Amino acid sequence: MNFAFELGILVVLLGFIWRYLGAYLVAVYNGRLGFLDFIEKPVLGLLGINKDSEQSWQRYLRSLLVFSAVSIGFTFLLLVFQGYLPLNPQHLKGVTPALAFNTAVSFVTNTDWQNYAGESTMSNFSQMVALTTQNFVSASIGIAVAIALIRGFARDKSPNIGNFWVDMIRGVIYVLLPISIVMTLVLVWQGSPETLLANVNVHDSLNSVNQVIFRGPIASQEAIKEFGTNGGGFFNANSAHPFENPTGFTNFLEILLILAIPVALTYTFGKMVGNLKEGIAILAVMALLFFGTFALALHAEQSGNPAINATGVTSVQGANMVGKESRFGVPNSVLFDVTTTQTSTGAVNSSTDSYTPIGGLSLLAGMVYGEVSPGGAGSGIYTLLLFAILTVFIAGLMVGRTPEYLKKKIQRNEIIWASIGILVMPITVLMLTALTVALPYGRQAILNRGPHALTEILYAFTSQANNNGSAFAGLSTNTAYFNLTGALAMLLGRFGVLIPVIALAGGLAEKEEVPVTAGTFLTATPMFTGLLVGVVLLVGALNFFPVISLGPIAEALSHGKFY
Amino acid sequence: MLIQLRRSIIAGIFFAILCGLVYPLAEIGISNVAFPARSAGSVTSYGSSEIGQQWSGTSWFHGRPDLYNDGATGGTNLGPRSRQLLSQTKKLIAFWHSNGVNPTQELVTSSGSGVDPDISPQSAFVQIPMISKATGIRESLLHQVVVANITKAQLHVFGVPYVDVLHLNIAVAKLKQRLN
Repeated sequence: MNFAFELGILVVLLGFIWRYLGAYLVAVYNGRLGFLDFIEKPVLGLLGINKDSEQSWQRYLRSLLVFSAVSIGFTFLLLVFQGYLPLNPQHLKGVTPALAFNTAVSFVTNTDWQNYAGESTMSNFSQMVALTTQNFVSASIGIAVAIALIRGFARDKSPNIGNFWVDMIRGVIYVLLPISIVMTLVLVWQGSPETLLANVNVHDSLNSVNQVIFRGPIASQEAIKEFGTNGGGFFNANSAHPFENPTGFTNFLEILLILAIPVALTYTFGKMVGNLKEGIAILAVMALLFFGTFALALHAEQSGNPAINATGVTSVQGANMVGKESRFGVPNSVLFDVTTTQTSTGAVNSSTDSYTPIGGLSLLAGMVYGEVSPGGAGSGIYTLLLFAILTVFIAGLMVGRTPEYLKKKIQRNEIIWASIGILVMPITVLMLTALTVALPYGRQAILNRGPHALTEILYAFTSQANNNGSAFAGLSTNTAYFNLTGALAMLLGRFGVLIPVIALAGGLAEKEEVPVTAGTFLTATPMFTGLLVGVVLLVGALNFFPVISLGPIAEALSHGKFY
Repeated sequence: MLIQLRRSIIAGIFFAILCGLVYPLAEIGISNVAFPARSAGSVTSYGSSEIGQQWSGTSWFHGRPDLYNDGATGGTNLGPRSRQLLSQTKKLIAFWHSNGVNPTQELVTSSGSGVDPDISPQSAFVQIPMISKATGIRESLLHQVVVANITKAQLHVFGVPYVDVLHLNIAVAKLKQRLN
């Protein structure tokens, strides 16, 4: 009953966020706000940019790519030379180059896949300057690209799609930073540490146990980790760790933070293209996919693991408590993990590896859709808009007309870029999974046997190629092979989608608007929402059904067998 | 290209200072003043009340059967069809039965963090006979102590009711002292 109330409150609050954060984003990216000019102006001055200047899509893309490459290099160097840098009370050594490269790519691409245990690998300086910084920047880049694509639809015969530097800086200072500043304090109030004090060793006289209390600037990283849909934990246990997610309330708050930007962007989209109903149609697609998957996962976890049920032990907190925290219980664990796998966040508050086969499949499904329900900050809506282009194309084929979307003719150029953007992820995932299974590296890394082992490898590459970062775990991935293939998957998953999106944005902005006629296929309708859901599910199923049937489905059907 | 490179380096340094230093350091400063104990990790002379620890023997309430490895947190990652998961669970059930306890699932399965500080109220109630026998404290008194240590769902909505095992055992220790 409590949980139903909690869901209700979540939906109502998201409604407000959709309306008001959505409108705020319009104002931020249209340049109507100036209250932070005192930060923005000097920085743009240093960069030599006039805040009203605009870029063509080629220049926008080039700025983005160069900046991302520099960010990877910068983060890599900070991690490798961590031993010589300050704020390192544990005297941790530099991170090995292969792991540092994987981690740098991971945080710059908003993936936050982690082949290390943060508490015993990263100094406070690395957590703050290397990782927290990229949490902000990578999220801001995602939003900027989404805005560039929306401008492409909204503009009429324009050579430009905005200015990358202006968009990126505004995203950080107007959107990400202010909310994170407030949320950090809420997290500390609930029990999350925020300190530079060294770890402390306490001897408990009651049970003669020694406890090492690992601490650091945790809350400040946690806030942006969720709000920017990043997901890289300060601790190996991620948001299951009581310091990252101390209470039921912080659990709720983190879910709300994760969903805020992806949901609000549909409002921003509707407003900027001049018809709010277009945004609602897109939001409806996200909501249908999200709640459908959530219902499946919750049902599976509440039915529990038959082997554990057969021993006769039960729990009032839910049926499958394996790998779940006592302060959350099953429903709140499932809601959190479904939220993070459907938003490219990848944080977890319970062990995904110990979910039931169908529960685990539901988490995988959120990524198999291509991270569109509602997807990451910015990346969710821009990927879903690629599917929308594909959908109007298929609908156009059915009635034999040139398809249009948001008053733009969808032609060869659009279809080519949209197809590339949609297919890069499944190709990357399937090729790397097949390669890894075939090579000895894969078999050496797995913890569990049987179909679950295939799921562990599939999940790892699906997560990285979708820039999610959620780990099924149970896979020893801190090896040169997994560090490098993982980095490849993350780079392809990020830039293989982002480059087509910016190219599309440029092409669409140059196009002339066509008037809506009686023959136009209307897209602000339930019919379009239904078709788009169908296309997302169909593309996901066509690409992934064979491998999923060998992994989670085979495991679900092998009930009664143990490995 | 060169101009973008120059801009990238300047912007990279700017964000490293703003988001990587100014933001966390300012938060550390404010947190230290506003929430001095919590910002430092809720450290008590018995350990952090936020982080779970190992309890053994029959005179203390046990938490989840976790590894409590503070430097490498996380779950066991055993899959749902894992033979090891099943044998571990059965072993723990046998342990509890030998102590006259009919365990809940949380007492025989590990958590997501590996340092879960809490158990459900039921998991505490079922351990009362064992602890009463070992300590000589009346069951009704222990029941009162557990009830007094239940943390309810926040605002009656967020999370589920639970008991912090460290707080509970500190209360038991106090009770022992008073009765002696």
